[in-house]
Amino acid sequence: MAEEHVAPPVRRGLGGWLLIAMPYIWLLIFFLAPFLIVFKISLSQVAIAIPPYVPTFDLSEGWQAFADGLSELSLENYVWLTEDALYWRSYLSSVTIAAVSTFLTLLIGYPIAYAMARAPQALRPTLLMLVILPFWTSFLIRVYAWIGILKNEGLLNQLLLSLGLIDEPLVILNTNIAVYIGIVYSYLPFLVLPLYASLERLDGSLLEAAEDLGCPPWKAFWKITVPLSLPGIIAGCFLVFIPAVGEFVIPDLLGGSNTLMIGKTLWVEFFNNRDWPVSSAVAVILLLILVIPIVLFQNQQQKMSEKEG
Amino acid sequence: MTRGPTWFNVTSLVVGFSFLYLPIVLLVIYSFNDSRLVTVWGGFSTRWYASLLENDQLLDAAWVTLRVAFTSACIATVLGTLAALVLVRSGRFVGRSLFSGMIFAPLVMPEVILGLSLLLLFVSMDQARGFWTVMLAHTTFAMCYVAVVVQSRLVGFDKSMEEAAEDLGCPPVKTFFLITLPIILPGVIAGWMLAFTLSLDDLVIASFTTGPGATTLPMKIYSQVRLGVTPEINAVCTLLVGVVTIGVIAASIVTKRQQVQRERDERAAFGADG
Repeated sequence: MAEEHVAPPVRRGLGGWLLIAMPYIWLLIFFLAPFLIVFKISLSQVAIAIPPYVPTFDLSEGWQAFADGLSELSLENYVWLTEDALYWRSYLSSVTIAAVSTFLTLLIGYPIAYAMARAPQALRPTLLMLVILPFWTSFLIRVYAWIGILKNEGLLNQLLLSLGLIDEPLVILNTNIAVYIGIVYSYLPFLVLPLYASLERLDGSLLEAAEDLGCPPWKAFWKITVPLSLPGIIAGCFLVFIPAVGEFVIPDLLGGSNTLMIGKTLWVEFFNNRDWPVSSAVAVILLLILVIPIVLFQNQQQKMSEKEG
Repeated sequence: MTRGPTWFNVTSLVVGFSFLYLPIVLLVIYSFNDSRLVTVWGGFSTRWYASLLENDQLLDAAWVTLRVAFTSACIATVLGTLAALVLVRSGRFVGRSLFSGMIFAPLVMPEVILGLSLLLLFVSMDQARGFWTVMLAHTTFAMCYVAVVVQSRLVGFDKSMEEAAEDLGCPPVKTFFLITLPIILPGVIAGWMLAFTLSLDDLVIASFTTGPGATTLPMKIYSQVRLGVTPEINAVCTLLVGVVTIGVIAASIVTKRQQVQRERDERAAFGADG
């Protein structure tokens, strides 16, 4: 996704600078500045006021007030985060749940991408369309659809009971299993697409050569197909893992009260406890955790597009 | 690497696509269920669709959502297209890596962080929250998606026609509207549609940045879903899925046809009949 095709430096008139300035300034105001504000508020204290934190900075009150405000900022919220087990357990279980679901998505997504790449040429655009289409339909609706299926009296249990495979309904909804199902289901297209792209490019003659030389198909798969599709695997896994760590809707609707995920913890802290400073601190730490995979992902994308270009 | 279908490949596709589509198909089927008990089939009925029309709250929310989605998609398309042009065409400039970082980060950033940070921005600007704040928030993350979609169109772009126009003395802005834009138009349209549906679907960012009087449809759906599955919600969801599906398929047919037409035109123009 992050393709870098840097053109050589060009001479720029006023128009050229204006072209850069418009989206640039928009992103500085609405993307970068908000993060600085989150960071600042994570150092503030909760208060019963509007907005519900102190200090608030108002430059009209002069520099002295500003300096006083600065001295009121503290790392207290971060200390609080490390003391309360709820938070670090939420982070840990978010990362674990995201990692396990990424692995499961890969297990399910690989055969699909593989079969798509091997389907007759004429069929491929349709298959591609079929993978992309669910991506366009609402996330919320797709998660919601699973509630009716996984409930105790839901369609899955009805089916299994009528087939006589089980004697009493399975409890799936409101457990971590439902969260895994939800994440795998929602993020599957994100993994299949980059994987399909790299599998489709794979040179079939390599496999034929291996076969001619007497290499059994499974071995050729491990030695040739998997290594060559590795960029697609990595890109797809990042695209699933990173957003899944901060997921809110899936653990909230499908998970139970003991499903800990940091996105849900942040939401509760913000909307139920109205503790803006602590939720900001939660967000800052989450961001720090995600910076590593995000940077790795961008580097990998850059390397891939350089190889192509 | 076409090798004919093996049973393994066919099974993967059938199982994979059933997994992707079965939940949505079941949701659609059960929206026509006459019974109030969502998972017990009580015969075919469209009564839940009829009752939607009387649900003023839901209709209000739908109207707010459509307005937000339309406005934010339009602004995001303009900004995103500009951003794509900058990424592909502007060469190196100071702060370029920050710029591309800001374009790509929102694509993977958890929505709770985006929502929280934008809310805190609006609060610190003393901005009353409602329609406009949700719209600005949606514009910001949607423009990044538009930029990526348009960029992929721009990368495989033959610059010779643009260069020809400029050599003939056509000013850059005119060249853009007469040559560049028509060629990247499929990407721009796809970007607009993506921005529109992203805004239509968004729950988390809207929940953070909204204010009184600006409840969007996903927020309404979410608050009802928390109380349990109801056939009425199934009906709303079916309508949404239907609209989006028809839109996406129609758009892909139109762009396909345009592409064929364009190729035919180009061949005619260059006098090389295939």
